[in-house]
Amino acid sequence: MTRVFISRDATALSLGAEQVVQTLQQQATARNLPLEIVRNGSRGMFWLEPLVEVETATGRVAYGPVQASDITGLLDAGLLEGSGHPLYQGDIEALPYFKNQKRLTFARVGITDPVSFDDYVQHDGYRGLKNALKLSPQEIVKQVTDSGLRGRGGAAFPTGIKWNTVLNAPSEQKYIVCNADEGDSGTFSDRMIMEGDPFVLIEGMTIAGLAVGATRGYIYLRVEYPHAHAALNEAIASAYRNGYLGDNISGSGKAFHLEVRLGAGAYICGEETSLLESLEGKRGLVRFKPPLPAIVGLFGQPTVVNNVISLASVPIILDKGADYYRDYGMGRSRGTLPLQLAGNIKHPGLFEVAFGMTLRELLYDYGGGCANGRPIRAVQVGGPLGAYLPEAQFDTPLDYEAFTGISAVLGHGGIVVHDDTVDMAEMARYAMEFCVEESCGKCTPCRIGSVRGVEVIERIVQGTQRDQNTRLLRDLCDTMTYGSLCAMGGMTPIPVISALNYFPEDFGIKSDVDAA
Amino acid sequence: MIINNETDYGTPASLSANLVTLEIDGRKVTVPEGTSVMRAAGETGINIPKLCATDSLDPFGSCRMCLVQIEGARGYPASCTTPVAEGMKVCTQNEKLANIRRGIAELYISDHPLDCLTCSANGDCELQDTVGAVGLREVRYGYEGENHLDAAKDGSNPYFSFDPAKCIVCSRCVRACEETQGTYALTIDGRGFDSKVSPSQNQAFMDSECVSCGACVQACPTATLMEKSVIDHGLPEHSVITTCAYCGVGCSFRAEMKGEQVIRMVPDKNGQANHGHSCVKGRFAFGYATHKDRITTPMIRDNISDAWQEVSWEEAIEFAAEKLKQLQAKYGRDSIGGITSSRCTNEETYLVQKLVRAGFGNNNVDTCARVCHSPTGYGLKSTFGESSGTQNFDSVKKSDVILVIGANPTDGHPVFGSMMKRRLREGAKLIVADPRTIDLVKSPHVQADYHLKLRPGTNVALVTALAHVIVTEDLADEKFVSERCDTESFAKWKTFVAKPENSPEAMAEVTGVPADAIRGAARLYATGGNGAIYYGLGVTEHSQGSTTVIGIANLAMATGNIGRDGVGVNPLRGQNNVQGSCDMGSFPHEFVGYRHVSDTKTRALFESAWKVELQSEPGLRIPNMFSAAIDGSFKGLYIQGEDIAQSDPDIQHVHHALRQMECIIVQDLFLNETAKFAHVFLPGSSFLEKNGTFTNAERRISPVRKVMTPLGGKEDWEVTQDLANAVGYPMNYKHPSEIMDEIARLTPQFAGVSYAKIEAMGSIQWPCNDEFPEGTPTMHADHFVRGQGRFMLTEYVPTDEKASRKYPLLLTTGRILSQYNVGAQTRRTDNVAWHEEDRLEIHPHDAEELGINDADWVGIKSRAGETVLRALISERVQPGVVYTTFHFPHSGANVITTDNSDWATNCPEYKVTAVHVAKVSEPSRWQKQYQDFSDKQETLLKDRIVAHEHE
Ligand SMILES: Cc1cc2nc3c(=O)[nH]c(=O)nc-3n(C[C@H](O)[C@H](O)[C@H](O)COP(=O)(O)O)c2cc1C
Ligand code: SF4
Ligand code: SF4
Ligand code: SF4
Ligand code: SF4
Ligand code: FES
Repeated sequence: MTRVFISRDATALSLGAEQVVQTLQQQATARNLPLEIVRNGSRGMFWLEPLVEVETATGRVAYGPVQASDITGLLDAGLLEGSGHPLYQGDIEALPYFKNQKRLTFARVGITDPVSFDDYVQHDGYRGLKNALKLSPQEIVKQVTDSGLRGRGGAAFPTGIKWNTVLNAPSEQKYIVCNADEGDSGTFSDRMIMEGDPFVLIEGMTIAGLAVGATRGYIYLRVEYPHAHAALNEAIASAYRNGYLGDNISGSGKAFHLEVRLGAGAYICGEETSLLESLEGKRGLVRFKPPLPAIVGLFGQPTVVNNVISLASVPIILDKGADYYRDYGMGRSRGTLPLQLAGNIKHPGLFEVAFGMTLRELLYDYGGGCANGRPIRAVQVGGPLGAYLPEAQFDTPLDYEAFTGISAVLGHGGIVVHDDTVDMAEMARYAMEFCVEESCGKCTPCRIGSVRGVEVIERIVQGTQRDQNTRLLRDLCDTMTYGSLCAMGGMTPIPVISALNYFPEDFGIKSDVDAA
Repeated sequence: MIINNETDYGTPASLSANLVTLEIDGRKVTVPEGTSVMRAAGETGINIPKLCATDSLDPFGSCRMCLVQIEGARGYPASCTTPVAEGMKVCTQNEKLANIRRGIAELYISDHPLDCLTCSANGDCELQDTVGAVGLREVRYGYEGENHLDAAKDGSNPYFSFDPAKCIVCSRCVRACEETQGTYALTIDGRGFDSKVSPSQNQAFMDSECVSCGACVQACPTATLMEKSVIDHGLPEHSVITTCAYCGVGCSFRAEMKGEQVIRMVPDKNGQANHGHSCVKGRFAFGYATHKDRITTPMIRDNISDAWQEVSWEEAIEFAAEKLKQLQAKYGRDSIGGITSSRCTNEETYLVQKLVRAGFGNNNVDTCARVCHSPTGYGLKSTFGESSGTQNFDSVKKSDVILVIGANPTDGHPVFGSMMKRRLREGAKLIVADPRTIDLVKSPHVQADYHLKLRPGTNVALVTALAHVIVTEDLADEKFVSERCDTESFAKWKTFVAKPENSPEAMAEVTGVPADAIRGAARLYATGGNGAIYYGLGVTEHSQGSTTVIGIANLAMATGNIGRDGVGVNPLRGQNNVQGSCDMGSFPHEFVGYRHVSDTKTRALFESAWKVELQSEPGLRIPNMFSAAIDGSFKGLYIQGEDIAQSDPDIQHVHHALRQMECIIVQDLFLNETAKFAHVFLPGSSFLEKNGTFTNAERRISPVRKVMTPLGGKEDWEVTQDLANAVGYPMNYKHPSEIMDEIARLTPQFAGVSYAKIEAMGSIQWPCNDEFPEGTPTMHADHFVRGQGRFMLTEYVPTDEKASRKYPLLLTTGRILSQYNVGAQTRRTDNVAWHEEDRLEIHPHDAEELGINDADWVGIKSRAGETVLRALISERVQPGVVYTTFHFPHSGANVITTDNSDWATNCPEYKVTAVHVAKVSEPSRWQKQYQDFSDKQETLLKDRIVAHEHE
């Protein structure tokens, strides 16, 4: 019986993985070839998907990108023996793109059967939880604090400090909420974990529950993620069956219950307070802070709200120790960050690496430059509210503080690449337009400001009183930055101002006098 | 949106006892922990610009006008949502803040009509003020951008208009509807720039869930939600604090005036009963006071078949006094009497009973409270020692379990209903005992834990069964009972209620309520923390009304739920001054302060004060007056502000009695139904036209202040005084305050009350005397007024009004939010938009069986009479029960109600009548006859001989 791995990841599926599986199955049956197809997560090299990996005596051998029409040829060429073929990629882990990553959080993704409890345990799963069960809540929190882990959802707030606040908030009921709304365009790391290794998230949330004394958790899942939904539900059911969720986790007498809730399909519902409102069944309106959700969160109770990647990074910290994790990275950015390359790029995909690599290395050495071979003109890092960076800034290391230093953000690690045909005034207009679309409408700077922003940029581009309107745009951006209730309105000026500052010519301005 | 000089601190006050000191713009401020930076600034006189914050609502943080800088904090936190902290250093004004605020103002105005000068809120607009304060000089965006200026107006509500073009989406209206009123009629629909205020599902206000309380209008900082009266007449220029004349909540209002014209009524934020909230009646339904139907010239006639004749005050008073004197001369001293009104002031009521006792020389005085809360007086006096509720309204904020019996607070006592709902939303438990599914049973974010849907007329059975569970399951608070109550009576009571025939299982048969539910409710009330009972006319207006009140008092004593905040027994009084009219000695057997006329010492006190000899025997109760009239021994009646010809039960009997009388003197605003049987009509003055006090359901004496000249020329108390002088009993008060002084002199509970003190304190809860100089929010705190609390047995005796073959359904009656009792006032306002006729609510099963469709004419027949109403098919009533309101005279609801009454007090059994219901095609014979009579009387009024012609 030969084991073959074909991903169940949504990207692989959208590229035809399901047809590949069916065709392979049919032909193997017809040819009487003993075959077991394992639906694993994705290795994260999207240009090779659908990727077919075959388990051979010498290890896993990869072929990709495979289409259903390739199967006959592949089988004829000896696919199941790992023989040569034009699509032959050899050992996937030996490719530089993979080899030079540091996969801590994504250690199992692409390797194991995501919904197999046994597979998870065999690949070092639940070792973190086992250790956590030996520790006091304070000690667990200390491990996470010492690891230097910061929130991967965007704001990069130290996870341990957040947990400590919840731990110290007295209450009979506390909650762990996983923010799996993953709204940033061009990002997919949350989805890949949930589809490729849901148990690691479940384990991370369980540890969080033990750490702060929460017995109930919710995964607030982006509604457009049906495959992640299915994988999570399967894994959660399996964890309950195996006694790793429920009233008596792994015989410890401690309880943790977990369920998935589908999101409302709005970008703003990824903002943590809006998310909590939505979880409570209300409109996703942003709440003011303080009180922090850590003190008054879901249903008014102390609540940990963490991104998927933040939580999924916890098991390895508890397994291998805080030091192991914090030894990676630079400055105050410790551990690894799963970067997501998208847009006009030759090698789109997931790249988990320790903080510190420069943007240039990533874009050219691994990303391979623009897919169409044109020069890269601008990249937007950190989602739709992130800055547009020009070539001149590509040597900035991937580090939270370094990015803050150039008025940019790392955010959730999304990187969208544009070639030299991009119109940056249009991108700026689009940033305001995005805010118009996604604003919850609660606060004035964002509600009205975004609409005026679109209008003012249009006037600048049309050449109507360009100087006055440029000044007005900058004033408006100030009002939005300092006046908005949440980061939606507060960060929308980042892409707008960066586009204006670095690409004034696209606005019809020679060199902006007021450039910051 | 308030014309006054009150500071709006932006956020509610914190009640914390811990103090925090911080520095704002270099000034040291010390405030309670939990106070917002905005409020702390306001308290030291620093005004931070704001739009979405107002101190009646929780902070929201949306407008971003109030940003400040705080040393050591990132960015620019909103001062309304940021709590103070020890040692905090706040800066509220600098260039950066000014720029942000101006930037925000510029955005607002880029989507706002530029018609400030012609706007109805000009001069009273927070947007205008704020934009002015931040110094906006230019809108660089221009006015051509996307905007809401074409949004359509909604004028569907008769009292306020909604002009969304002016809306700044601050959500104050939405929050007021949720937090203050608890109706949740408003939401913000859409997201981002499309966000807009939406009544229910984007409906017009009138088609939505809105109950027109006006909280949203009051909360709106712009002209978006605006009183139509302000749009029509402009802003008021002065205001006077007074008290609502509708229900027993007794809301405090600022009458906002332009000269002598009321422009709007705005509930007073400092009102101790209502804390700035109101209902549709108090806020909006004041138009009756200047309605064209007001009769402002006195009228007389010899016979009720004669046309009225307008005369001068002197002539009318002389005419009336002469008649009364003649009647007494001919038929004896006891042949005349008077009826006081729960709608009138304490001082007026006091004067009427004094006129009867001292001037007429008999005790034939009674009050309309006879027909509503007389059992409360009896029941609570017998058990606790005082005829009044035990708490203030604010007490509900501390209740954990609320038991509502036979009351419908969201309709009958709306402002208190909203307070109660707020507490329920905070998590208090709720038990409703009512035959109907009243709103409280299930409304937004409120759901009763138990709805004991009992059969009408079985309250005593239910209350006793509750007691059975408490006693037999050992849930009683024996410690409280042994310390505070008469233990002998308790022991007897225990034995009685523990009897198997009083068990929930046995009583389930009678009440129709499953035994489990009774047990569960009893356990919850007895063990759920602070338990408070609220009850209304659904308890009192029964043949065993007094017994139920006693049963309720027993429950409270047995569980120790008396004498502190959050507990108690709380009668929800129907009318504005039911408590007061009872306090003021309106009952035939009692002087002011509930002292029996047979008590020699009390009588001596009054005899010496009033300088006359007083009768020691109780006089006639209202029903006895009617019987005596029919017998021919009772001939003359002075009725102030009360419409017995509509409101009393078995109305054909009442009409018959009235026709037998020789002199009926009616003092009222309108030619009410009773006036159609009258010989003298004395124009009454509305609550806006006189000074005095009302006492609400929580014993709170609140000021009523004259804001306009009486249309008829006299305040009501002056008329009574004139009549007294004319019958030969001298009265010489120059101001109602002198009447109150006399009351205080003669009544222990009121000894400390004076107008000066009311002025200083805003209002006073009696008892107010040397022991309680500041009044008494919670009664029986250390000991019961009667010493020890007394338990009394409550044997269930079924009413005669039982469903039978001939009368298979049970009729019960009640009222609704928008109309008030006999409707003389509310029917003369735009409130008819919500309720233009009384209908018979009938369950779909019964309707189907009887072949009745919605809106069909149905005849309702009882052993007393028959009337016809249109049907309203509704699941709010249970099968076997029908329900109607009684706001329109021609509905004839009281043609059907019977002469059954409470055994102790004669309070009529309005709440249970066995009836037969059938589809019909025309009004009943009574309705037709009454219509003829009424039309004739209207003609006699229209054809009245006008005063100047006569002169
Ligand atoms: C407009 C907006 C959208 C956001 N969307 C997401 C999201 O999709 N997923 C996420 O994890 N965090 C999102 N965030 C960040 C969250 O508010 C919050 O910081 C995060 O869930 C905290 O988790 P972490 O500390 O683990 O990062 C968003 C924030 C804003 C302002
Ligand atoms: S910034 Fe935008 S999204 Fe955030 S609260 Fe304000 S209106 Fe809502
Ligand atoms: S009038 Fe009252 S009920 Fe109606 S929308 Fe306004 S606040 Fe709500
Ligand atoms: S109607 Fe008034 S209170 Fe309501 S959101 Fe608009 S401006 Fe604010
Ligand atoms: S609740 Fe009663 S007292 Fe208050 S405004 Fe309404 S009718 Fe008047
Ligand atoms: S007043 Fe503070 S945000 Fe509106």
